[in-house]
Amino acid sequence: MNAAPGADLTRKTAAELASLLAAREVSAVEVARAHLDRIAAVDGDIHAFLHVSDAALAAAAMVDSARGDGEELGPLAGVPVAIKDVLTTKDMPSTAGSKILEGWVPPYDATTVARLRAGHLVPLGKTNMDEFAMGSSTEHSAYGPTRNPWDLDRIPGGSGGGSAAAVAAFESPIALGSDTGGSIRQPGAVTGTVGVKPTYGAVSRYGAIALASSLDQVGPVSRTVLDAALLHDVIGGHDPRDSTSLADAWPSFADAAREGGLAESLKGVRVGVVKELDSPGFQPGVSQRFHETLEVLTAAGAEIVEVRAPHFEYAVAAYYVILPAEASSNLAKFDSVRFGLRVTPPGGGTVEQVMAATREAGFGPEVKRRVILGTYALSAGYYDAYYGSAQKVRTLIQRDFADAFAQADVLVSPSAPTTAFKIGEKVNDPLAMYLNDVTTIPANLAGVPGMTIPMGLAPEDGLPTGFQLMAPAREDARLYRIGATLERLIGERHGAILDAAPALG
Amino acid sequence: MSEITPETVRHLAELARIALTEEEIERLTGELGAIVDSVAKVAEVATPEVPATSHPILLANVFRPDVPGETLTNEEALSGAPEAAEGRFVVSAILGEEQ
Repeated sequence: MNAAPGADLTRKTAAELASLLAAREVSAVEVARAHLDRIAAVDGDIHAFLHVSDAALAAAAMVDSARGDGEELGPLAGVPVAIKDVLTTKDMPSTAGSKILEGWVPPYDATTVARLRAGHLVPLGKTNMDEFAMGSSTEHSAYGPTRNPWDLDRIPGGSGGGSAAAVAAFESPIALGSDTGGSIRQPGAVTGTVGVKPTYGAVSRYGAIALASSLDQVGPVSRTVLDAALLHDVIGGHDPRDSTSLADAWPSFADAAREGGLAESLKGVRVGVVKELDSPGFQPGVSQRFHETLEVLTAAGAEIVEVRAPHFEYAVAAYYVILPAEASSNLAKFDSVRFGLRVTPPGGGTVEQVMAATREAGFGPEVKRRVILGTYALSAGYYDAYYGSAQKVRTLIQRDFADAFAQADVLVSPSAPTTAFKIGEKVNDPLAMYLNDVTTIPANLAGVPGMTIPMGLAPEDGLPTGFQLMAPAREDARLYRIGATLERLIGERHGAILDAAPALG
Repeated sequence: MSEITPETVRHLAELARIALTEEEIERLTGELGAIVDSVAKVAEVATPEVPATSHPILLANVFRPDVPGETLTNEEALSGAPEAAEGRFVVSAILGEEQ
């Protein structure tokens, strides 16, 4: 390595780092140290990390020694990765952004984390998130908000604001996220990064602290489509420990992304614009960049068709019935007995009273709101009106997707209705906050994969906007192929978006 | 308008085992009312002939071979417990005086 200034290594993509590492032009220790130095320099401002690993350099040294011994290593061996705190890690606290799990070090790794380790990636630490992934701004973290690297007064999206901000601020080339209603894609959109929610069941949920089990999906966060694909290849595939995990054999998503990156045109690709997700109510600069991107697609030979999804307008309502219902059940495990916080009321009490006092002290306001809402939606007399109806809406939304995919290979929309808003702007208005996910929720309800890629800065505020692509279930490779082509075409128009981000530190 | 009253919230909080303060109950009564009114629109299109969907991609009969797998040791299982003794979780009284 010629003089190896650390800052240069942090600007490289995971794919570039992997090549340098494989060619032994840099060591994994150098790469890890560069990123740890960057975290030390900027994370005081960003607060993307809840915990920085003290084992990263040792893990990197082991990769270097394995490579020195001629061991066969995975394609991302030695590449650093950040891990959303919703995933259990047996060498780092795993809090899901909640006080109720403060300091909890789980006795097992999530399957996705185990696969990172088996692939010789180097975990840098755990990233901040809205408590139990409930939120769209990371303001609901019990440990304080993460700040958007583009403007420290603004939110980085949520719930996975920490992972998106870490990648946008060059603290890590790639990260793991989880997406229940947009928690990978919306943060990607507002930080100028890439994020993918895979097909439901494509990536194991074992060790992902559950929010809503029928919606949660773990996926990659990155700065390029190829990097997301490389990470997806590492973490994806069947896991017998997750009974909703699909047993499918998956193609190489990295191959799909590379193929797409080289494709000369998008001739023959039918792109469906979802009328209901192209709302006149969206921020003008978001709509402008979206329509410019449709022109880019047309110029590349794609055929644009307008599709209708009449039941998408019910998606947010259905989501805010199903999610709290499932969350209220999943969060029952935080009972002051097996792990986490225990608060005994003054003068003592029965186990039930201890449980109630613990949950009162350990849960933040948004968690209480949703658990109470979910308890209501599931209670006798209301179940049919709310939960039963919401599950029917889910069927109607799946049918809308099926109709739309009969006319189009991919569906597209803005990834979020606005650019990043100010910290504090919506935190006390739950309904306004819930509407941030209007574009992303339908994919979770139907289980189809979705991706966000940057589509330039909104002219009125100079902040990033995101373009969402959705494909039919199990067609994740299609997203990587078309997404990589579109990323190149947008890059030719706007340049690499993060080059325009302010310097930090 | 929804029928969420402070009594409803108090009852739900008991079911959910969260010892809410009176101030929280008051705030949640208003917030839940607004949220419930807004999500009630799901009933508009949920007609009887539409089947419910519980999972996006349904799998049936997911079994594994009935052989012992790797499990946590007793020590690992207790490692995060607020209180443990003699290989067990320790809790306070299960029954109150009136029970």
